[in-house]
Amino acid sequence: MSEHVVVIYPHPDDEAFGASGTITTFREKGVPVTYLCGTLGEMGRNMGNPTFATRETLPEIRKKELIQACEVLDINLEMLGYRDKTLEFESTEEVADHLFSYLNKMKPSLVITHYPGHAVHPDHDAFGAAAIKAVEKFAENERPTVWAQAISRNHLEELGEPDIQNDVSEVFTKKFETIQAHKSQADGMLSKVRNEADDIVEATKQWLGVESFYTWKF
Amino acid sequence: MEPIEINQLQEHIDSFANKEVYVHLETTNGAYASHFNQDAYNVGAFIRNAKVTYQRGKVVGAGATYRVGLKLDIGWIYAEGVNQFEVDEQNRLLMAGHDREGRLMVALQISESPFQY
Repeated sequence: MSEHVVVIYPHPDDEAFGASGTITTFREKGVPVTYLCGTLGEMGRNMGNPTFATRETLPEIRKKELIQACEVLDINLEMLGYRDKTLEFESTEEVADHLFSYLNKMKPSLVITHYPGHAVHPDHDAFGAAAIKAVEKFAENERPTVWAQAISRNHLEELGEPDIQNDVSEVFTKKFETIQAHKSQADGMLSKVRNEADDIVEATKQWLGVESFYTWKF
Repeated sequence: MEPIEINQLQEHIDSFANKEVYVHLETTNGAYASHFNQDAYNVGAFIRNAKVTYQRGKVVGAGATYRVGLKLDIGWIYAEGVNQFEVDEQNRLLMAGHDREGRLMVALQISESPFQY
């Protein structure tokens, strides 16, 4: 099986904050990466700071930001067309079938997604669960590895230390550039760091410099 | 969006009265509220493309925040905390309240055609 990494997250910017360092490391090795992005983050709260988006312009703005972020990372992008905040109310089986239709064509060696039940945002939990269900549809000998990302407060207590801990400080410039591509979201999310630190890149590195995942046990 | 100018906003609200309109109403403190602060609760609600007709709409308030009420034949639509508004290029009236970091806390939007997405 040739290497191909597929990242499955629901929102434009999940890939930036969660896995852009890991993605960069794969790209530097020449491994193709595809992002299956579930929604356009239509219901995001961050409207830029100062605000430049409205509820109605946000989807198109975030779509452009997402495309730009994927250009920064040099990865393929597929937008799956779900609506932000509603993924947990869709049929998990249907979403899993939809995801499988992509995975079955791409035959990835690795899938990166959220750890269901430990991903805080309901969309993360629901999409992670559907992604794992989709991977389960492969026969065992063809099944890609899954790295599941947990961000809940209690994940270390409940799941133990993640077995994959990627120190991405070497490629952090790229990660920061990817986050900045999501301007409408980065403005608000980095403002706290900006207020408290002189060197925002360094402070963000302290916060997001390690990307951790649990290898999913089927 | 611009800070609310109450007379101007009232005129826009009046222009949609007694017409069949689509309303988007939401409030949220975000999906991460209790993640970042264990004492907080996540609350939020939205309704998109509620098809209604209001006989009277009114904006009340001053300074930083305003309240908007729309009186329906058999009920009410209410939003508290809006502080900015605009009429967009599709002639939709968008009202919203944001916190200091530019995050949307409440939105009330009125349109003669359904909202997309």
